[in-house]
Amino acid sequence: MSLQVSELQVYYRTLKGDVRALDGMSFELGDGEILGLVGESGCGKSTLGKSLIRMDSRMRRVGGTVVLDGHELPIDDDRAMNEFRFAEVSLIPQYAMSALNPTRKIRKMVTELLNSRGATLDLDELELRMSQVGLPREVLDRYPIELSGGMKQRMVMVISTLLNPSLLIADEVTSALDVSTQKSVARALLGFRDSLYVKSMIFVTHDLALTHHIADTIMVMYAGKLAEKAPADVIVKAPRHPYTKLLLDALPEVGVRYTDRRLEGIAGSPPSLLNPPTGCRFRDRCPIAGEECAEDPPVTELAPDHHVACWKA
Amino acid sequence: MTALQDVAPREPAGVRREALYFAVRNGKLMAGFGIVLALLLLGLLGPVLLPGAPNEYGPKPMAPPSGEHWFGTTTFGQDVFLQFVYGLRATFAVGVVGGGIAAVIGMLVGFVAGYRGGIVDEILNMLTNVILVIPTLAVLLIINAYLGIRSVAVQGLFIGLTQWPWAARAIRAQTFSLRTREFVDLARMSGAGTGRIIAREIAPNMSSYLFMTFILLFGGSVLIASSLDFIGLGPTEGVSLGLMLQNSNQWSALQLGLWWWFVPPGAAITAIVGALYVANVGLDEVFNPKLRET
Amino acid sequence: MLRLHDVTKEFRIGAFGGGRVAAVKGVSFEVVPGEVVSLIGESGSGKSTIGRMILGLNAVTSGSITFDGLPVRAGKEYYRRVQGIFQDPFSSFNPVFKADRVFAMIKDAYYPAVPAPEWDERVSTSLSDVRLNPGQVLGKYPHQLSGGQLQRLLIARALLLDIKLLVADEITSMLDASTRIDVLNLLAELKVRGLSVLYITHDLSLGNYLAERTVVLRSGTVVEMGPTERVFGDPLHPYTRELLSAVPRLHAAWDDAVPVDTCVYHGKGGTNGLAEAAPGHFVACAQLETCQGVSS
Repeated sequence: MSLQVSELQVYYRTLKGDVRALDGMSFELGDGEILGLVGESGCGKSTLGKSLIRMDSRMRRVGGTVVLDGHELPIDDDRAMNEFRFAEVSLIPQYAMSALNPTRKIRKMVTELLNSRGATLDLDELELRMSQVGLPREVLDRYPIELSGGMKQRMVMVISTLLNPSLLIADEVTSALDVSTQKSVARALLGFRDSLYVKSMIFVTHDLALTHHIADTIMVMYAGKLAEKAPADVIVKAPRHPYTKLLLDALPEVGVRYTDRRLEGIAGSPPSLLNPPTGCRFRDRCPIAGEECAEDPPVTELAPDHHVACWKA
Repeated sequence: MTALQDVAPREPAGVRREALYFAVRNGKLMAGFGIVLALLLLGLLGPVLLPGAPNEYGPKPMAPPSGEHWFGTTTFGQDVFLQFVYGLRATFAVGVVGGGIAAVIGMLVGFVAGYRGGIVDEILNMLTNVILVIPTLAVLLIINAYLGIRSVAVQGLFIGLTQWPWAARAIRAQTFSLRTREFVDLARMSGAGTGRIIAREIAPNMSSYLFMTFILLFGGSVLIASSLDFIGLGPTEGVSLGLMLQNSNQWSALQLGLWWWFVPPGAAITAIVGALYVANVGLDEVFNPKLRET
Repeated sequence: MLRLHDVTKEFRIGAFGGGRVAAVKGVSFEVVPGEVVSLIGESGSGKSTIGRMILGLNAVTSGSITFDGLPVRAGKEYYRRVQGIFQDPFSSFNPVFKADRVFAMIKDAYYPAVPAPEWDERVSTSLSDVRLNPGQVLGKYPHQLSGGQLQRLLIARALLLDIKLLVADEITSMLDASTRIDVLNLLAELKVRGLSVLYITHDLSLGNYLAERTVVLRSGTVVEMGPTERVFGDPLHPYTRELLSAVPRLHAAWDDAVPVDTCVYHGKGGTNGLAEAAPGHFVACAQLETCQGVSS
């Protein structure tokens, strides 16, 4: 197991009280596994990604542990985490465009970054990895502004995996890209895993269809909790949680036409995480909710590797 | 969501009524305006109610505050309180005239340049930059040499005419970013014209910013007026808080321990500008619904 | 009804508008009453510029856009019949005012004579048409509402007018998967009222779901257009094929499009270099840049 997260609770401090963005998340990530983390905005998926690498000042760990390769990550100790960042855990942010310093040429930026981590630049390795994602070596002598969105995104991917981190978190890396660029970025991510540049990866996205193409396992989150986690094909073909099912039904695919098959969304909206209701958090929107749902459903392994948090599944 | 509902007033109130509702409940706004209003009243009523002229020499020089001379007297026996109330009046006048003129020109140029963009923007921007680099003090020197600034109003006018460029630039930048927001397009598609969009859509979004601009221009005018007074370009007749500070400095009030001479005018300038700033923070909370809830 | 003929848009760039960059080049298409047309393109394809030109928010550089035979003239009368909704619901509302002010603006401009009770009645009818509960959305500030609610409010706003055409520019791209399909369904239902919808999107699956006709744009020009089932079922232009193959699908793996090196439409281009491959299905030559001189 490369990553073990158990009972992780992360709250946001606000003037109105704690927002329970993550409320008892437990999951494991195997070596070489790509985990697709899916959910709607505000479900806690980005919070989870962030808390594994860098918590901002409003975030607070309330409970739970994160163990990476046998070491517990001091996720709420900003300074202690420095040792792990980039070398053990690395992040590709959503807007790689703004992650690159506009006044530095890429080569200088990479060198400075590596020096700050006490590593030296292996130019051949860098160029090899760049060519792997389809970036010519000339890119190194350009300014970030001269690159397209997809190129910047791929450049940031190369940079953030240079030290072969054990865990890579890709936070909505493709959502600002065009479909064709999205495909090349997604494939590059797969290539990195296959070349063992990263041991495992968490791919955070709101796009279920895209995740299905790269992830081995998909984890669906709802309102700060795990709803369902299973191998990608199982999630898509045989989901057990009503939320996953409804979500899949609301997804228009090329070929599905309004006139032929009218899709329906999920009525209602997710509960506020400021004072979340007790019991199953999907209860209010769930068509099959019953009395037992007043109690919090535990995450159970219904089939090998298929975890569902629902009484009715 | 339910919690938010209780905060908003239930009765259907217009925007103005609602702003007033939050305004009277905002401590910062009320305190800030209270101080400014008190000083303004003092400046307006003081000269009317108190007998004597502010620069009249008195029999008791360098007297500390007492029942007879509330703020004491100067080296020449002038009553500091009398000077103070007259000075307040002059300072408010120069601030309002100078800051007001600069704010109006700055807003006009800033809004038009920012909203229209293109060639209009280029021309207005050039004009702004030209005025910006003209050394204000030198111009005022020349103007004074030819025309002679004798009254507070004329001083305010000249300050206003030279102070607006940075305000115009700031407002232009804000307008520039606001006009690309989609609610402006939506207003256009509701049949609103340029003037209406600027007044009803863009300006309300930066109302506290505009007020802030005015406060800074007001404070700037007061300070410029004081420095003009210092080099002898101020109004030759009358008193202002700047002139008082200047005189106290000139006659070594600090060294002589005449603290009552320079503390009141200094404190008043600080209080006016500071109170306006606090009021502005309060105003932000009133006009920005997102800040109301915190 | 709406007809674009050889529309070109150039933006001035640099100091004093010295430089020019073309965002839309010679685009022609039509929207007939009661039809949903989707305009599909990636970023930089000029799709939003086309939408803004139709809405009269940007001027046309050359060519013409006519609505019921008359050229677009931004103004009250035009906006009575043509309205638009944009991508970001939060920036479509003025944050310092309550969200329902968008209705009041319509009343002030178009129906000042309608008495308040009757107007309130119309607003609540319009809100229930977009499946909003008036009690939940009226009197709220934009930040107190969800993106889906805000976009529905804007549809309701457009319905208060006697509109014939709604330009919907990426209106679902900021919404969550579970709510965006409902907004799409609302658009599709507008058709029943005889309204036309121009749905601008980068998302092929959404365009495919909604539209009867599809126009595919690439860097400012139309590469392919026709009935949706033909454009998606039998894409002829290599760009359309590439786009379609890049769309992630749930039940199929990514396939790589076969690049076309000899273009069967080479030299067959009619107006604007578009050849009619099948009735109503037009496609641009794959080598349009080089072949324009050869055509007809």
